[in-house]
Amino acid sequence: MSLLKVNNLTVQFGGIKALSAIDFEMEEKEILSIIGPNGAGKTTLFNCVSGVYRPTGGEVLFAGESLIGLSPDRIAQRGIGRTFQNIRLFNNMSVLDNLMLGRHMKFRRSLLHAFLRIRKEELIHREKVEEIIDFLDLAAYRESRVIDCPYGVQKRVELGRAMVMEPKLLLLDEPVAGLTVEEKNRVAYLVTEMRGRFGFAVLLIEHDLRIVSRLADRMVVLNFGEKLAEGPPAEVQRNPEVIRAYVGETS
Amino acid sequence: MNLVESYRDDLKLIEKPWTGCWIGMTLLVLVLLPWFSSAHWVYLGTLIFIVAVGIMGQNLLIGYTGQISLGQAGFLAIGAFTFGHLAKLGIPVGLALLAAGLMAAFFGVLVGFPSLRLKGPYLAIVTLGFGIAVYQTFTSFEVLSGGRMGLVVPKFPALFGFSREVSMYYFALLLGLTFTLVTYNLVSSYLGRAFVAIRDNDIAAEVLGVNLTNYKLLSFAISSFYTGIHGAMFGMFMGFIEPQMFNFSESLIIFVAVVIGGLASVEGAIFGAAFVILIPQIFSGYREFVPVIFGVTVVLIMIFEPLGLAGRWFKIRLYYRNWPFR
Repeated sequence: MSLLKVNNLTVQFGGIKALSAIDFEMEEKEILSIIGPNGAGKTTLFNCVSGVYRPTGGEVLFAGESLIGLSPDRIAQRGIGRTFQNIRLFNNMSVLDNLMLGRHMKFRRSLLHAFLRIRKEELIHREKVEEIIDFLDLAAYRESRVIDCPYGVQKRVELGRAMVMEPKLLLLDEPVAGLTVEEKNRVAYLVTEMRGRFGFAVLLIEHDLRIVSRLADRMVVLNFGEKLAEGPPAEVQRNPEVIRAYVGETS
Repeated sequence: MNLVESYRDDLKLIEKPWTGCWIGMTLLVLVLLPWFSSAHWVYLGTLIFIVAVGIMGQNLLIGYTGQISLGQAGFLAIGAFTFGHLAKLGIPVGLALLAAGLMAAFFGVLVGFPSLRLKGPYLAIVTLGFGIAVYQTFTSFEVLSGGRMGLVVPKFPALFGFSREVSMYYFALLLGLTFTLVTYNLVSSYLGRAFVAIRDNDIAAEVLGVNLTNYKLLSFAISSFYTGIHGAMFGMFMGFIEPQMFNFSESLIIFVAVVIGGLASVEGAIFGAAFVILIPQIFSGYREFVPVIFGVTVVLIMIFEPLGLAGRWFKIRLYYRNWPFR
């Protein structure tokens, strides 16, 4: 059984079809990349899987169970973590607190513990957070306010926040956008490590084809809300329809 | 750069021995206050402790969770009248206080429901409507408000050989301290983190597994519980309540105290309470100017110190901690 199965997914905003009849499947520990020009519907697809939007039609099955109609926090509990294209961190909190929030749903939460300053749970979950802090090399920023951190660090904090959730499936929305070449390579390495060391499946949106073709096992190409192609990177990049969508018509 | 790796270090309530020292001194002064100062100061102190509880509650809602409420006077009235009626029936003070808080919390949850759909100014309007509706209900139904003359509430009894006023002072101090401590605990727990997450970025909070419905309603419930206790204590302190005490301007004063004291700060709530109690006292000869002073202070604070008095206090402490560097 596949980990994520998107079946005939359709999203309409009024008369505009943001996504029409998208199908694809994803296996466990797979890195699947979604590419496509701007406005192709990539982020809309993410929003449907993570529950921020409710699709007009179709199915999203995660480990065999439907995600349609569930609220985002329920979907998070099922084991889907995500990052956002334009960073959505908790700006006034420290890097550490941002990551601790990623552990929120793993906490055994009790009001009494909160009121009486019983912090056993925090100590347990802090260990996982520290592991991710080391993995992402964030130790120098641990106590700084997120809004004071440089852009590249903020991107990493957002990655970390999704990683501490220990999801089965991680949705990364343009994790290397706006980074320097060195930082891009580093994030690319981190993504492969996420699968290797932590065993996450990664669904990735990215525009940098050089990075993506190195990372991804398979690619899904979207254009104007429709699926153009699907397959291994080398194959997809030779597909004439994909070339037409990206480069334009050859005369 | 701070390299605290163990969470135990982060969780310390009092970080430096020096901080513990002056907190201890302040507490000592507060405990000994009735012995060396006039009755008037005891009266003001009691009032500040009572009001600080309500302002902490409002700060949890506005400062931490980012849900604007302009209807706090409604919760004050609900707390005060619940307490008043129960105390008249002879129910013990502690139990009646709890009931007042719970009743206010119940209405807090009801008012919280619109917050699931509304944000910012729209929520402010809904809560404003709630405050006015409660005020109107109490003015129109004499059964609830105790008639034209208002409701006479039994005052706090004299205990341990102290006078009535001094007993009330110590009770208010104890309650104020308890609520301060609980609030510090709350904001440093997963609960406080979830509240701030909702304020800073609700979509991201939701995607991380924070249930917006539960936490927003919880924030409203906790906040109005505090305000209900504030109202009940105020009623007991005054010995007499009438709906006119809980009109819209009372909501505004609580709001102003939160902003002047400092958003998202527990000390700020205490500073704010002291400000809104002491300023009318200092300018008692020019009562009509008090709202002007509040207004001008809010404008100045917003321009020069958006974190309020608590922000200024923090900067002063930082300056001395780092002295002579920087």
